[in-house]
Amino acid sequence: MAETPYAVEMRDIVVRFPGVLANDHVNFTLKKGEIHALLGENGAGKSTLMNALAGLYRPASGTIRVNGKEVHFTSPKDAIEAGIGMIHQHFMLVPTQTVTENILLGLDEPRFLLKLDEYNQRVVELEAQYGLHVDPQAKVWQLSVGEQQRVEILKVLYRGAEILIMDEPTAVLAPQEIAALIQTMRAMTAEGKSIVFISHKLQEVAEVADRVTVLRKGKGTAEGVSMEGITRTELAHLMVGRDVIFRVEKAQQEPGEVVLSVQDLHCLNDKGLPALRGVSLDVRRGEILGVAGVAGNGQSELAQVITGLRVCNGKIVVNGKDVANRPPIAAIRQGVAHVPEDRTGVGSAPNLTITDNTIMKSYREEPIGHRLSIDLGKARDHARVLKQKYDILAPSVRTLARKLSGGNLQKVILAREISGNPSMMVAVQPTRGLDVGAIEAVQKLLLEQRAAGTGILLISEELEELLSLSDRIAVIYGGQIMGVVDAEQADIEEIGLMMTGTPLAALRAPQSVAEEVSL
Amino acid sequence: MTTSVTEPESRRPLFPYRLELEKRIAEVPRWLPAVTSLGAVVAAFLISGLILKLIGGEPLRVLRFFYSATFGSWPTFSDTLVKATPLILVGLACAVAFKMRLWNIGAEGQFYMGAFFASLVVLVPLVSPESPKWVAIGAMIVMGMLGGALFGFFPGFLKARFGVNEIITTLMLNYVAILWNNFWIFDRWSDAGFQMTPVFDRVYWLPRLADYAAEYPAFRGITLHLGVVFGVLMAVFVWWVLERSRWGYEIKLLGDNPRAAQYAGIAIARNVVLVMMFSGALAGLAGMSEISGVVHRLQERISPGYGFTGIIVAWLAKLNPFAVILVSVLFGALIVAGREIQPSGLAQLLQGLVLFMVISSDVLLRYRVRLVRR
Amino acid sequence: MDPIVILHAGLATGTILLFAAIGEIFAERSGILNLGVEGMMLFGAMAGFKISLASGNVWLGLLSAMVAGGVLSLAHGLVSIHLQADQVVSGLSLTFLGTGLALVFGEGLTGQNPPLVPRFDIPLLADIPFIGPVVFEDHSLLVYLAYLFVPLTWYYIEKTRPGMHLRAVGEKPEAADTIGINVYGLRYLYTFIGGVLAGLAGATISLSVSPGWYSSQTTSGQGWIAIGLVIFAQWNPLRAAVGAYLFGALRRGILDLQGPRILFGVVNPLYINSNWGFFLQMTPYILTILALVVGARAAMRKRIGAPAALGLPYIRGERGL
Repeated sequence: MAETPYAVEMRDIVVRFPGVLANDHVNFTLKKGEIHALLGENGAGKSTLMNALAGLYRPASGTIRVNGKEVHFTSPKDAIEAGIGMIHQHFMLVPTQTVTENILLGLDEPRFLLKLDEYNQRVVELEAQYGLHVDPQAKVWQLSVGEQQRVEILKVLYRGAEILIMDEPTAVLAPQEIAALIQTMRAMTAEGKSIVFISHKLQEVAEVADRVTVLRKGKGTAEGVSMEGITRTELAHLMVGRDVIFRVEKAQQEPGEVVLSVQDLHCLNDKGLPALRGVSLDVRRGEILGVAGVAGNGQSELAQVITGLRVCNGKIVVNGKDVANRPPIAAIRQGVAHVPEDRTGVGSAPNLTITDNTIMKSYREEPIGHRLSIDLGKARDHARVLKQKYDILAPSVRTLARKLSGGNLQKVILAREISGNPSMMVAVQPTRGLDVGAIEAVQKLLLEQRAAGTGILLISEELEELLSLSDRIAVIYGGQIMGVVDAEQADIEEIGLMMTGTPLAALRAPQSVAEEVSL
Repeated sequence: MTTSVTEPESRRPLFPYRLELEKRIAEVPRWLPAVTSLGAVVAAFLISGLILKLIGGEPLRVLRFFYSATFGSWPTFSDTLVKATPLILVGLACAVAFKMRLWNIGAEGQFYMGAFFASLVVLVPLVSPESPKWVAIGAMIVMGMLGGALFGFFPGFLKARFGVNEIITTLMLNYVAILWNNFWIFDRWSDAGFQMTPVFDRVYWLPRLADYAAEYPAFRGITLHLGVVFGVLMAVFVWWVLERSRWGYEIKLLGDNPRAAQYAGIAIARNVVLVMMFSGALAGLAGMSEISGVVHRLQERISPGYGFTGIIVAWLAKLNPFAVILVSVLFGALIVAGREIQPSGLAQLLQGLVLFMVISSDVLLRYRVRLVRR
Repeated sequence: MDPIVILHAGLATGTILLFAAIGEIFAERSGILNLGVEGMMLFGAMAGFKISLASGNVWLGLLSAMVAGGVLSLAHGLVSIHLQADQVVSGLSLTFLGTGLALVFGEGLTGQNPPLVPRFDIPLLADIPFIGPVVFEDHSLLVYLAYLFVPLTWYYIEKTRPGMHLRAVGEKPEAADTIGINVYGLRYLYTFIGGVLAGLAGATISLSVSPGWYSSQTTSGQGWIAIGLVIFAQWNPLRAAVGAYLFGALRRGILDLQGPRILFGVVNPLYINSNWGFFLQMTPYILTILALVVGARAAMRKRIGAPAALGLPYIRGERGL
């Protein structure tokens, strides 16, 4: 049998960044019409490898063949011309432009005048072909995350891509949306397109992929293995290098009195549209209340409102004091700790030292703050103690925050927030983008705080994380709480439906109606 | 598709190497910033020399003149220090604001307002000429700083309250301040129709070394005045504020990441106003020191652009208050020499080039530059 | 205080601000904040004046002014695009550099009389009552060019493919880059165009609207006013044009207030004491500040702002040049 050339064949790929070997002689092959999963932890080099295929990075050595022919991409344009399209994890869309404009961006057609009416029509036709519906005239910032992903896919399809690279496409979707995405992917492979599916979630990989390549610390630990011949446990081992505990051990514990009570919260988002529409929640001491939801349904705003970073209507009572619409210092004084979503943009000052970053909330009081001045010696001691206690890997406390890895930076933030002995903690996406070791460390710290009697509001898009850490889970959709369920008896199906807008009451209503009838 | 194994001749680049910038991972060696800045200054001088040559000048003679007119003897060095004095204060003013990434480029106007408010003490008069010297000078210091602070307050308030870009407002206020001063010296305070006020009574003069020539003959003709002490004291004070005080920590945090500062419970708006006022007060003090220590009256053109040179001083000093003193001496020399060097724009050109070279050389602090084969 | 005279002069003076502001709009929409407009304008004004004088050819003068502004802007481009320096500081140093260069090379130009940009009437249109004498009569070629230039610029930015790419590069450079648009190349291009237009604005002063070389007084802060105008206009060329012409008319109106002895039926205080004129001279600067306050409030209300990537260097991954 004649060897059919692979759609993509990457051999001995080396990509080097200053100080890191991001890809160390990695091999990767993609057959025509298959879904090939690229599995690995955060930072294992998956995106780097695919960025090399998409023409964004140039490998230091190694060869890339597309349909049997060797290629040397010098820009993304070359890759696009070779039929390769990448759907990035962080959407590469211009928010102020329309869907059609985003799709046309960078193409040679139209030559000069945009003639949007004509092209809107073409986009509609393409949408019909794959069942990906978005209003072509809408501005991208007006779209939901799921719709934006559809635009990304359309953008690639419009360019006639035969090879699609999808970087963590499920990370931002609700379970039901994921199912729809998988449908679309299957429709595309049925048309003869080949798909690289980058993920760190074993379950999804097992569900959709034909073959899998696993990366660990820049090296391939499994290259093009058929999904039939491998178990999930084996994959996990290949990915992490040791056995993974799938569930965190959580002690049984009676929650204490209510520490945070929010009532009927309303607020606007940055675009001036309603983000919260009547949210009411209670968090008790020693309890983790998880907030589940698809990105962009008001979670970020909820955290900002509670910590005083955003104006709102409604009541936010912490330890009996209303802190709604008070400056952030009011919440800080009430013992509200905040692990923000954006570690580098909000949670730390990148060009300041670890010391400076650890005293952000304690510089006002003794012993670090002393009248008008700051006791630098005490500040450094404080930082050294935290560095030791929380196992922060850095040359010294004088190291700048921006030189820290994501996991270590998150430890700095958690160390700072916990060292203030909070009565309440708002943690937003605390494990996002971290490797398995760091994730475990962060989760352990959260559970320790729970044991110490802190009330924790945990906002996360990782359903598994919420299920294993939370005592109760509240599901948010469109700025409203769809329902609160007990984490122990939570039903994924039910949570998924709430995440897409069905209130718990409506889900359970038919049953009660049926009961009434039977009575 | 650009996919063949051997690239066609036409696609091969003309220059077979390319510069590659590689991000520095290790800490930058402590000596490097000083070396690159020095290199930048030297490069700026070389380029200016080249331009001078181009228009038919003699760069070497100008350089020799530059040296003898500025550092050549005690009296000339004293002149240099006299010009450095306002630069130190204005440079500190800019450094404080820039530390918070507030672009106060209105130091020029704040300087003029400082001079104007200090003149009120003399010309209204707020303090009678019969008062003791320390009262008169003290009142002028307070008023000068107040005047500068006022012209820092407006743009600070507009930024804090309405989000108005402070670069434009501070710049526009420079013109306003100068025109405001003009009105008073052309009209109300005009000395017999000249465009200046009468000379201040001696009680309003800052003490000069020359005043002690009777006791110490070496001080004869040395015009250095007490203002330089203000400059040094303020440098120490600014250093303490920025490096040792709680407020300085807030400024540093606000400058690096305002969202993190807000998250840490720091009031942004209040600090914008306060820092602009502090910055303005320092520039105002420079204006006071200049009229009380050098000019002894209010008149036109009391500043040859100190407010703008202060921006360069602050940046070249990497916002370090003590480095501001050193850099100010260099630029003071430039001003002294620049008065006599033709063409007149040369000093300004040199200043622009220095700043350009300095920010260009900063790339070496963030990256290693390597030549690699394509 | 003839409204026709004031409006006529307003269009002429406004043309200076208009060219400079639209140049800055191009640069800023591509993500490059160039605060060196004042320096580029002054350098352009000098270059245009000097070459027009030396060659006796005003067209060569205009061309030189544009090249001068453009070349200077490339220095800012290099420093802020490739070297990723702070764009505010780089722009400030460009102001010094441009001013210095203009003064050094402009030695001895004061009082000279080079050929100027021709002025003429537009046939037929000039006969329209009121509008004709204001808009189509006795203007320099540059003023008429500006009329065409404004709508063309708007159309280019909003309705064409290159305009779309320009917007993309300033709003989200990484999106443009991943799709094969040359972010650095476009940023250089529009920085250069900004410089060319600033140079032209300078020559509009020295070779047309208020001909002559008055060293740094030639531009007297109009470059800064143009930057303020860009913010006020919210990066829209049409709004910038309205603002520029209004500003021009106000400047002229203010000047005219100083002339007559009797104003609005009372004795003109400025006629008695011309020193009051200093307060009048402040008004353009104060108006710029007020315009910014108004613009900032409108932007807050409508939540529209600067191009998202304005002033931020673009670095792809950790890669070199």
